[in-house]
Amino acid sequence: MTNLEKYTNVFAEIFGISEKQIEKLKYQDIKQWDSVGHMTLIAKLEETFDIMMDTEDIIGLSSFEKGKEIMAKYGIEIK
Amino acid sequence: MIKFNTVLEKHPFCMLKQEKTLFLNETLKQLTLFHYKNCDKYKKILDSLDFNPNAIDNYYNIPFLPVSLFKELDLLSVNRNDVFKIMTSSGTTGQAVSKIYLDKTTAVNQQKILVKIVSDFIGSSRIPMLIIDSPSVIKDRANFSARGAGILGFSIFGTDITYALDDNMKINISAIENFLEKHKTKQILLFGFTFMIWQHFYKELKKLNNKIDFSRSMLIHGGGWKKLINESVSRKEFKKALKDICGLTKVYDYYGMVEQTGCVYMECEYEHLHSSIFSDVITRRYNDFSSCNIGEKGIVQVVSILPQSYPGHSLLTEDEGIILGEDDCPCGRKGKYFQILGRLGNAEIRGCSDTYAAKFR
Repeated sequence: MTNLEKYTNVFAEIFGISEKQIEKLKYQDIKQWDSVGHMTLIAKLEETFDIMMDTEDIIGLSSFEKGKEIMAKYGIEIK
Repeated sequence: MIKFNTVLEKHPFCMLKQEKTLFLNETLKQLTLFHYKNCDKYKKILDSLDFNPNAIDNYYNIPFLPVSLFKELDLLSVNRNDVFKIMTSSGTTGQAVSKIYLDKTTAVNQQKILVKIVSDFIGSSRIPMLIIDSPSVIKDRANFSARGAGILGFSIFGTDITYALDDNMKINISAIENFLEKHKTKQILLFGFTFMIWQHFYKELKKLNNKIDFSRSMLIHGGGWKKLINESVSRKEFKKALKDICGLTKVYDYYGMVEQTGCVYMECEYEHLHSSIFSDVITRRYNDFSSCNIGEKGIVQVVSILPQSYPGHSLLTEDEGIILGEDDCPCGRKGKYFQILGRLGNAEIRGCSDTYAAKFR
């Protein structure tokens, strides 16, 4: 599985939504991505890519796209 | 409105009195004008006091709403469609709960400011975290209790977030032991509410024979002392009891309320609660609400630059406190530092809000 597939799967699994919805998704766009969902998402991303994010990046991860940039900071190329 | 990004670049305890006063005068004036324009009920309140928000020259003069007003009235300064989350107080003082309406911007700012403030005390690296509460507290996601909001807000500092109590508030010893085993050599963050810690953690640990070692941990707790005062447990006894039962020595209280989530007042190593540049504490005299001097006991007023979706930027609490000093705490943090003495007999304050509420319903 590519990193992009893994990354997309995390969102799909945590929020229970389709891939099509995911691409443009931003924090708080859907009910599931609230502060509770956010912490679940972070935990799952950290587990999937075996990283530990800084608090600033946790707050900064405000969209599916933005998350890709943040993953790159931890050496994870989402492609 | 306030440019939060520039505010956020500042160190949370960097401003001396003069600079902070200028900053709060300007910011809180803007907020007052914003709420005056966008919240009918708030406007009526200020109008009835003959208060002109354009004339604000000092934030001490901005009217304060009693916190209990949020139990009586739906107060919001944004369109209902923009309300993303409603937070409620835990309602320990009666049946009515406060309802705080959050839009996305306010909710995000709350989290950002919380991180800024708390990081200054515990550092910015995340550590394994044990929450002394039940996971059921955050199950209803659209309606957050004060407890749920606190737990979530602080969760950002944790990794491997584990709950020490089960859904029925029973202590989960095997979960705690597994957690400690996994993080044997690391510092651990414990978080919880003062009474829950006492009732469901300390008392249960006391019943057990096997000693659990939390000597590498630090505990952050909040939520007030009211119930413990009823059980005649003082701060000193609380700390000593935790040290005796599980070796916990780093115990830090914080003061905060759901009506001003994000702007917490953390206790430093000298047992002083600190106000950051994002908020301030003013104590007021009982007879005429004039502001107290340093060292004089009074009713606590809190102001915060965070509330944008609801007019909660200047509130009179139901707590008594003393400002201990300003800009000169030995810990080095600037701003006021203070102590909370406990709850007021809340008859006067309730009376006050009842009058308000009756007027503006």
